[in-house]
Amino acid sequence: MSVLQALDIGLGFLVFAVAAWTVFARGAFAATVGYVVYGLLLSLVWIRLFAVDVALTEAAIGSGVTGVLLIGAAARLRGSETAADEKSLSGLPRVFAAGLSLLVAMALAGVVLLFPDEGPSLAPQSMQHLPETGLGNPVTAVLIAYRAFDTMLEKVVLVLAVVGVWSLAADPHWGGAPGEARAERPEPTLAFLAQVLAPLGILVGIHIFWVGADEPGGAFQGGAILAAMWIIVMMARLTEAPSTSAFWLRLALIAGPLVFLIAGVGGAVFAGSFFAYPPGFAKPVILFIEAFMVLSIAVNLPMMVAGPPRREPKR
Amino acid sequence: MTSATLAGFVGAALVGLGLYGLIASHEPLRKILAFNVIGSGVFLVFGIVARKGASAGLPSDPVPQAMVITGIVVAFAASALAVALVLRLLDETGRVTLSPDAWTKPSGDGAEAE
Repeated sequence: MSVLQALDIGLGFLVFAVAAWTVFARGAFAATVGYVVYGLLLSLVWIRLFAVDVALTEAAIGSGVTGVLLIGAAARLRGSETAADEKSLSGLPRVFAAGLSLLVAMALAGVVLLFPDEGPSLAPQSMQHLPETGLGNPVTAVLIAYRAFDTMLEKVVLVLAVVGVWSLAADPHWGGAPGEARAERPEPTLAFLAQVLAPLGILVGIHIFWVGADEPGGAFQGGAILAAMWIIVMMARLTEAPSTSAFWLRLALIAGPLVFLIAGVGGAVFAGSFFAYPPGFAKPVILFIEAFMVLSIAVNLPMMVAGPPRREPKR
Repeated sequence: MTSATLAGFVGAALVGLGLYGLIASHEPLRKILAFNVIGSGVFLVFGIVARKGASAGLPSDPVPQAMVITGIVVAFAASALAVALVLRLLDETGRVTLSPDAWTKPSGDGAEAE
């Protein structure tokens, strides 16, 4: 057994153990912290599968931004922890749940064993047409060129989720701002962290977006890092979330899907089909779309984390 | 056993763990966590499809990778909406549990211990 194999097995056990912790831990807060660690470990597994783009997304969104969201929720729910006997199933139903879960896991493991060693693959096709897009990273090409419609609709899902979150506001708060107001005296440690980290993080985020054309990275990962920086600055209460009725905010939220859709319709006019890019001019169009997608992701994710408006709008 | 098969087994085990948590826990936040564990398990099983489709000089098929990236972002959006619903429930009722006993009996009475 090689060293790498031993590391793989160790990593597998570690991921499983931390996942078990998030499911079985006593307190919701402890479980949530476990989930953040779990996400980071999972991104190591993705690197071992040679899927660096996925690893970056998992670390930034699956672990990072989701972690902030869930830890914030766990902290707010702390006072309302239910009695121990209301926390989970007991007795026979619990045994049935365990049996069912075991059965599903075994069946899936069986399916994994049945996979052919060389599965069907679209890799040759995606490499064959890569020069036409002007990109060097096939994953970015799949996202923005080959499966552009899919990615555009996914941006729409983000906007719909923000609309859903906002619509949970209490009536008097509709149109107001979510989260806490800017603090008179921010917590010094957190403020220091935000002041040091945010400028660097913004550079890293833009860099990851920019190199995403040719190297692992891209609009999702870069946008998520930018989003995290805004979240940190808001958490440090150096700034406050904008009013949800602000026109610039709403424009930034929909800019990504809007520009994407316009480019798609433009493709129908200039390149002969919906979401086709003009030959020889594909890369600038793709980067233009991606830039607005980064903006929208960087605004959508913090708005989801900030939650529904909780302050009355200024009239 | 290759690292891809191993990752597939881990994914299968994660789906099982998450499914148990989703059914067995009465706390909504724990259900959201468990749901995310199921999701990442499914992504991992799909990820080995990508790894086994390695060809044309690529170590991994880019199409499943792109779909997993899309999936991770959509899973976040779903979690955010679910968390907002849970917090609204807390604001409205002051307590958050999905235990059937907790809502049919006056609080403090306790659920039946089976």
